[in-house]
Amino acid sequence: MSNQDINDRQEYNITIYTENQVGLLNRIAIIFTRRKINIDSLNTSPSEIESIHRFNIVITESEEVVRKLTRQIEKQVEVLKVYYHTNEDVVWQELALYKVSTDVIAEKVSVERLLRENGARAVVIRKDYTIFETTGHREETDNLISILQPYGLIEFVRSARIAIIKDSEGFNAKLREFERLEPGEEVVENEYLNRGSKVFTM
Amino acid sequence: MEVAQQEILAQAAPIETKNVSGSVALLEALIAEGVDTIFGYPGGAIMPIYDALYDYNDKLNHVLVRHEQGGTHAGQGYARTSGKVGVVFATSGPGATNLVTGLADAQIDSTPLVCITGQVFAHLLGTDAFQETDVINITTPVTKWNYQVTDANEIPEVIAKAFYIAKSGRPGPVLIDITKNAQIQLFDYKGYTKCEHIRSYRPKPIVRTQYIEQAAALINQAKKPFILFGQGILLGSAEQEFKAFVEKSGIPAAWTILGVGAIPTDHPLNVGMLGMHGNYGPNVLTNECDVLIAIGMRFDDRVTGRLDKYAKQAKVIHLDIDPAEIDKNVKTTVPVWGDCKETLPMLTALIEEKQHTEWVNLFNDYTRKEVEAVIEKELNPTSGEMTMGEVIKQLNELTKGEAVIVTDVGQHQMVACRYAQFNNTRSNVTSGGLGTMGFALPAAIGAKYGAQDRTVVAIIGDGGFQMTCQELGTIMQSGVDVKIIILNNRFLGMVRQWQELFNDRRYSFVDIQSPDFVALAAAYRIPGKVISDREDLQGALKLMLDTKGSFLLEVMVTKENNVFPMVPQGCSVSEIRLK
Repeated sequence: MSNQDINDRQEYNITIYTENQVGLLNRIAIIFTRRKINIDSLNTSPSEIESIHRFNIVITESEEVVRKLTRQIEKQVEVLKVYYHTNEDVVWQELALYKVSTDVIAEKVSVERLLRENGARAVVIRKDYTIFETTGHREETDNLISILQPYGLIEFVRSARIAIIKDSEGFNAKLREFERLEPGEEVVENEYLNRGSKVFTM
Repeated sequence: MEVAQQEILAQAAPIETKNVSGSVALLEALIAEGVDTIFGYPGGAIMPIYDALYDYNDKLNHVLVRHEQGGTHAGQGYARTSGKVGVVFATSGPGATNLVTGLADAQIDSTPLVCITGQVFAHLLGTDAFQETDVINITTPVTKWNYQVTDANEIPEVIAKAFYIAKSGRPGPVLIDITKNAQIQLFDYKGYTKCEHIRSYRPKPIVRTQYIEQAAALINQAKKPFILFGQGILLGSAEQEFKAFVEKSGIPAAWTILGVGAIPTDHPLNVGMLGMHGNYGPNVLTNECDVLIAIGMRFDDRVTGRLDKYAKQAKVIHLDIDPAEIDKNVKTTVPVWGDCKETLPMLTALIEEKQHTEWVNLFNDYTRKEVEAVIEKELNPTSGEMTMGEVIKQLNELTKGEAVIVTDVGQHQMVACRYAQFNNTRSNVTSGGLGTMGFALPAAIGAKYGAQDRTVVAIIGDGGFQMTCQELGTIMQSGVDVKIIILNNRFLGMVRQWQELFNDRRYSFVDIQSPDFVALAAAYRIPGKVISDREDLQGALKLMLDTKGSFLLEVMVTKENNVFPMVPQGCSVSEIRLK
């Protein structure tokens, strides 16, 4: 890899629309592993369209690498469409849960202040422990870890990133760039999506 | 245990609504897809399918191979010569894992295959059952698509999808893994419908006329345009369209190893082979052309040499059906997506009729230099041991360029592809991308089934032959007519050549001993002959071609001959060496 490539590396959010098919996660994952590219974050969940799944994958690479990857992903039979965006192009969130001893919290910190300052909310409050929840960027959820650590953070978990592409105008502009390299027009795909039972699917 | 299980499953099914087994549905699907030949090997987990096959003997010709890898290569050979989908059967576990090499070969060379593997009963999946292996995950990177069937109801639809995916767009191998219970299961069979559309799959990109127009404008302005053509033309059955394009444009055209035969070898605008052991002119002049027109090829590293010194001066037009190939290796000025059967006529319509006489003559000048430095002594040696080249030359004269030539991998492959004459398309069957030694013998069997009225000649090295020589048993039993030439140089020649040139003649484990190949063939009741004298060559080739049925001819050739020209690894195509 040249120096230029290394300098161009940044976080990219890859959005993939797929059929809901056993084995597809592996088919997509090996496109990254074959090239020894680490996946920073991966989320997959049903999309707003019935039977269509949406993947959000975050990797740190140059745009050229990401563009080639997206084409390889899109080539998979059960992948409908792939987009990639920089962090500036998306609104993204991660969800974090924190379990802390209720005694310690009650004794040593003002829970109310903690919640307010960190945009957190208490999900469960029991005699023995309390679970807080926050959403935000990595730095924000990390920040609450460091705040709670001195009070005996028992357990912590963070979700993968989910990202929404900022606006549909921008999305279409992006598509035009894709069109130069990939001829599938959004309208054509929507036709496919709307044809429902007429199209061959499993 | 298994039998008891089958009975339980059969009894559990209400018979009145279920009348066809998954196995029968599979075979009916194959017939509906026009399959006539299956290359396969039975085993425990695929027994219900083989049991059903017993009654389909008149409709489906099953060729019993000697190893499942041979089955896949035979399927590939069949697909390459016939243009149809090759079909392979194998059992679970080791049967399925033995398919992997052939699948990888078919994947990288875009060969349409449908492989059916048996699998253990669905309720045993993940239990480390006897001959259970996770074939879906093992084959995911080497298949265009794969799918595990656990319910017979899925079979018609899945097989329809499998054939559609294997042959459409950029073709490739598909593997369908069918659990034993699904093979046995009786279900309400509603007939077979071919698949013509999958919503998440776009085999052909939409052709965009503005790119055709831009490409035509570039071509019309070009002073030194150069065409590189690959297997895409064969896969798209666009040979006529391609010929029309070449002849109207007057542009010299060079081929990749899988593209050979798209236009006849002796066409005046066919200037030869690209790449590491390609011809002198096409390599050197790649770095002098002003417009490079790549058609149905993927800029493999064996074609391009060092990428950052590859055709940097040229504007690049890339015609390909696979969007992922555009800009993958070489930056494209104008991408022309689509099936070249559609795009080539559109392009031909917009280009001016021209003759680039001076430019074409430049290629001819390089050819003269190459003939002088390399070709003459390879094809017409007057003393010393025989060369591989003269065997090919004699074969050309006898077959007149009408034969199907199947090659293995290594020096003999390069020599055969460089010098064999091809008058027709779908005449060269070789392992291009994967470089699979052992490919040729089983591929030749399949090639013959795919082109029964043509002469099929397998040209194989002494190393590669020993990788799959058990397929002589397949030839013996099926009676298929395959002519086998072993070019024996008593070395793993290509590696030896590299060791000579780049490793200071440190011949590390390339000295290979061989059995008596003629005696080996005789053990399989295949006639044969070994020759080492030049004066016997023509007679022996005639004997081979005139013999009814298969024949093995072993030709002892020079031990330490090198294939030239050569673009050494890491060098630019213009740094091609003649010696």
